[in-house]
Amino acid sequence: MAATQEEIVKGLADIVNEIAGIPVEDVKLDKSFTDDLDVDSLSMVEVVVAAEERFDVKIPDDDVKNLKTVGDATKYILEHQS
Amino acid sequence: MNATNRTVVVTGIGATTPLGGDSASTWEALLAGRSGVSTLEQDWAAELPVRIAGQIAVEPTEILPRPQARKLDRSAQFALVAAQEAWKDAGFTAKAGEDTSINPDRLGAVIASGIGGVTTLLDQYDVLKEKGVRRVSPHTVPMLMPNSPSANVGIEFNARAGVHTPVSACASGAEAIGYAIEMIRSGRADVVVAGGTEAAIHPLPIVAFGNMMAMSKNNDDPQGASRPWDVNRNGFVLGEGAGVIVLESEEHARARGATIYAEAVGQGISSDAHHITQPEPSGNGIAAALQNLLGNTDLDPAEIVHVNAHATSTPTGDVGELKALRKAFGDDLDHMAVTSTKSMTGHLLGGAGGVETVATVLALKNRVAPPTINVETLDPEADADIVRGEARPLPAEGRIAALNDSFGFGGHNVVLAFRTV
Repeated sequence: MAATQEEIVKGLADIVNEIAGIPVEDVKLDKSFTDDLDVDSLSMVEVVVAAEERFDVKIPDDDVKNLKTVGDATKYILEHQS
Repeated sequence: MNATNRTVVVTGIGATTPLGGDSASTWEALLAGRSGVSTLEQDWAAELPVRIAGQIAVEPTEILPRPQARKLDRSAQFALVAAQEAWKDAGFTAKAGEDTSINPDRLGAVIASGIGGVTTLLDQYDVLKEKGVRRVSPHTVPMLMPNSPSANVGIEFNARAGVHTPVSACASGAEAIGYAIEMIRSGRADVVVAGGTEAAIHPLPIVAFGNMMAMSKNNDDPQGASRPWDVNRNGFVLGEGAGVIVLESEEHARARGATIYAEAVGQGISSDAHHITQPEPSGNGIAAALQNLLGNTDLDPAEIVHVNAHATSTPTGDVGELKALRKAFGDDLDHMAVTSTKSMTGHLLGGAGGVETVATVLALKNRVAPPTINVETLDPEADADIVRGEARPLPAEGRIAALNDSFGFGGHNVVLAFRTV
């Protein structure tokens, strides 16, 4: 069953917490991975791979550069999850 | 000889070793003659010919924040823990620039390792085979590259005068410190964080060293396995950890009121050009390094009272080193208390020069030489005053100096000299 927006944000928050040590409550739709959440370009690859597994979605490398914020990633996953 | 010939001093020390999570606990164990070698209880070790090692006393992941630690190879984790201790010990309260007593443009870092991020490389190959392409960590390359410990220490303290990584197998840590001394002496930097680190306790390096017939297989007696100069020595015991010091121009140290441990007098370097692993049997290669040290510095053999030997517990290497010391120093060797910290820590490879420099500096500061343990029957060819069993006081008065020897596969010979101020 497809995940809801709320479930996706919570899942991303867990992933970002695991990778960058940011408190889950600070991971919100308007937050930038790079500027707000201490996720650099290498760690973003880890976030993407973890999100792919968690939400059963494929995120090609070419699309990763468009995922600037938690909101971008959430929208992408909502639209592409199988 | 050098552009400026500035005097270089040691103002901070740090270590994380099989004996303790910092330099104080490591030093206490060294003086007490405690072994840090234990049985490898990991599942992967069960079928190995060598099942003992000097494993780290305090896991670095207990100290470093997890998001930072997970992006660092174990060797870089050790380096960062030791460097943080040394930095704080030197009296710096924040990274360069934020602590205004040190200008980032005048700060360098030189941390070396013998093998680099070997556990990361091998672990990620396992991930590739078992879990597939997508799961290989994007941090793999910056974790495994041998300059990673040095670069991460440089980032940690904002070092912009240059970050370097000399690689010379088991002489790497000492070569790093020698390089740092020259950076300051030549005027390139005022302060350099320098040392060595190694994290190679993994089945592949253990099996590979074992197949070279280089390691002790005394699995039934871990604490007695590393026994430099004992007639029954049969190879080295692998250890892990890091030792890092803060080197500084004397002028800079005095201007900011830093506590000075010792003068870093200089280094002597030579290369054997003999065999890729066997030391040059006459000892001429090592003796040349010692003679270069005397030629490069104002060190007087009469003031050298202590030698922290390379002495890894191998049949030929241990006595070859003593022959070289005799060749270089003659009768002066008789007033040098010679010891091997590897009898307690095992052999930290590229980390050895760092940890043993910390031990050498503390021996001068406290005026006491740690013992060599496990010397039950001294090899009759060991023609030097070996400190056996118990720590030995060094002369309580006057200026004294000590050496730290480090040699590496490839024929690298590095000798560092320190002196009380």
